[in-house]
Amino acid sequence: MAEARIAATVRTENGMAIIDLDGDINAFAESALVAAYLETSELKPKTLALNFSQVNYINSTGIALIVSLLARARKDKRPVIAFGLSDHFAEIFQITRLSDFMRIVADEATARQGAAEEKSQ
Amino acid sequence: MSTQIRELWRILARSGAQTPATPAVEPTPASVEIAPYDPLLPYLQSARGVVEIDRLELDSVALRSLKEAGVKLTVPLVAQGELIGLLNLGQRLSEQEYSVDDRALLSSLATQAAPALRVAQLVRQQKDQARRSERLEQELRIARLIQQTLLPRELPKLPGWEVAAYYRPAREVGGDFYDFIHLPEGRLGVIVADVTDKGVPAALVMATTRSVLHAAAERLISPSAVLTRVNDQLIPNMPENMFVTCLYSVLDPLKRTFRFANAGHGLAFRRGVGGVSELRATGMPLGLMPGMRYEENEVLLAPGETILLQSDGLAEAHNSRREMFGFPRVKQLMTDHLNGPDQLIATLVAELERFTAGGWEHEDDVTLLAIECSSLSAKAAELAHLAALELPLPLQAEFNVPSWPGNERLAIQKVSEAVQDLGLSSSRLEKLRTAVGEATMNAMEHGNQYQEDLPVHIRLQASNEKLSVFISDHGGGQRIPEAAAPDLEAKLDGLQSPRGWGLFLIQNMVDDLKVTSDETHHTVELILHLEGGQHG
Repeated sequence: MAEARIAATVRTENGMAIIDLDGDINAFAESALVAAYLETSELKPKTLALNFSQVNYINSTGIALIVSLLARARKDKRPVIAFGLSDHFAEIFQITRLSDFMRIVADEATARQGAAEEKSQ
Repeated sequence: MSTQIRELWRILARSGAQTPATPAVEPTPASVEIAPYDPLLPYLQSARGVVEIDRLELDSVALRSLKEAGVKLTVPLVAQGELIGLLNLGQRLSEQEYSVDDRALLSSLATQAAPALRVAQLVRQQKDQARRSERLEQELRIARLIQQTLLPRELPKLPGWEVAAYYRPAREVGGDFYDFIHLPEGRLGVIVADVTDKGVPAALVMATTRSVLHAAAERLISPSAVLTRVNDQLIPNMPENMFVTCLYSVLDPLKRTFRFANAGHGLAFRRGVGGVSELRATGMPLGLMPGMRYEENEVLLAPGETILLQSDGLAEAHNSRREMFGFPRVKQLMTDHLNGPDQLIATLVAELERFTAGGWEHEDDVTLLAIECSSLSAKAAELAHLAALELPLPLQAEFNVPSWPGNERLAIQKVSEAVQDLGLSSSRLEKLRTAVGEATMNAMEHGNQYQEDLPVHIRLQASNEKLSVFISDHGGGQRIPEAAAPDLEAKLDGLQSPRGWGLFLIQNMVDDLKVTSDETHHTVELILHLEGGQHG
């Protein structure tokens, strides 16, 4: 039987919550993502960052999960920054227009810088 | 005595013996042969004037024949000191003896007739000679025509392969021929052969051999079996003292194999990374002995390797010092000149010209065939070859995936393995992986409702231009919903389900998408253009 191959851990960096995703984002990742988001909500961060650097598979169900997460963050008025995406998934984020609703940056340092800019605004 | 003179004697004797047997009967033509060693000949050569046949006492067959034919007198005809004929007379119609005046008249007539007869003979000889020459020329023209008709008009076009050919006939038109036979599954039969003898006989044997070879090659795969069959069929009809040497080979452009058998033909060479080697296989020439068996060998050709097939006209050419060009020289030239088939043949021909220094009188036909596996990747050559043949696209892979959540990863992995030789960029490969994953998920979920006993069938086919991945489920007979572009704003605002990205992703990952359905199956064809596709 197929099992969830995802780990979603939460950490904070200067008021930015970072969800480090490790594994596949598909139907099996739903509970891990929801739990991670709820965990970050309790931290009430200004910005939420999603670290995709250890993600090597995202399917359409995974996109739907990210849309759901983004919808919650928008409801919570929490900007979302994504970093560490491979070129392929960055392109998918553009095709699906997810990149219109979350900032896509290369790495964590840039994400921190972006979060700082969000903070100052 | 020369043959020419013997012939002359025969003609003269025949005409001279046309004498009436009796005065009352119409003259009856008679033929008298005078053998070269008949004692009558030296007698007549030395005689002057009229000779009375009845008075001659010689042990001569010709003399007896003349007497039996009723010849009474013969007058040697001499021109420029050479005996060129006889003037033979039978009995006079009055049955009286020939008078002295008659004999004087005959002598005088012979003296005057001899030069005229000589002139007539020379004119006739000239005419005969001209007629013989014309007949020979005509035969050569026919032989050339037959040979030209039998040689292929164009070289085979094999993607990933280069083929070059050279043929130069000998002055008297030899028996070389070469040919190509297009065989099933894209294979190519290659014939290089040489018929002993020259001219029309060789050309006719060549035509027969070619027909028999074609017939055998179309029925049999193995080159040795083909030569065995051809030999058995040629034996009953082969003219005496004639035979055919032949190297028959089958090139498989896809597998890059060159399988060959040799019926006493000259050496073939292979030029590869390890240098030039001889391709040997033993066997007797065709048409000599029944029941022959032929050794068969096969080589695998790497890109850049070349095969040279040849008749013996090149290696056995002589220069003015009677030295032979030789196979070692051919081998060395192949080693020294690492160029393509056209250039290789040009080099060999130029060296032949240089070697013979213009003194070469086209002793024998020269036939050269060079076949090179070009440096295109084997896979590209295979695909281009099949595309050229308009055959169905070759199957890259075919497999089933059980309908179980997460098994799209299995499909992605297998497809990735199947396309690894197609040279897709990493970007194109990632897109294909995503499209395959999404289409498989749709098939498992919507087509097969995740029933484990209903697998998703996946088939990959590729040409040089495109890759098709067919993903079939058991959801046939259902209405196929139109794919709508997802409205992200509506999804983010909770007005639409966050799902529904699958088909949208597929459409954006591949160059073309075709959906077909029948009563039982529903199939999605994912198409990637392999050369300059829009998603490159």
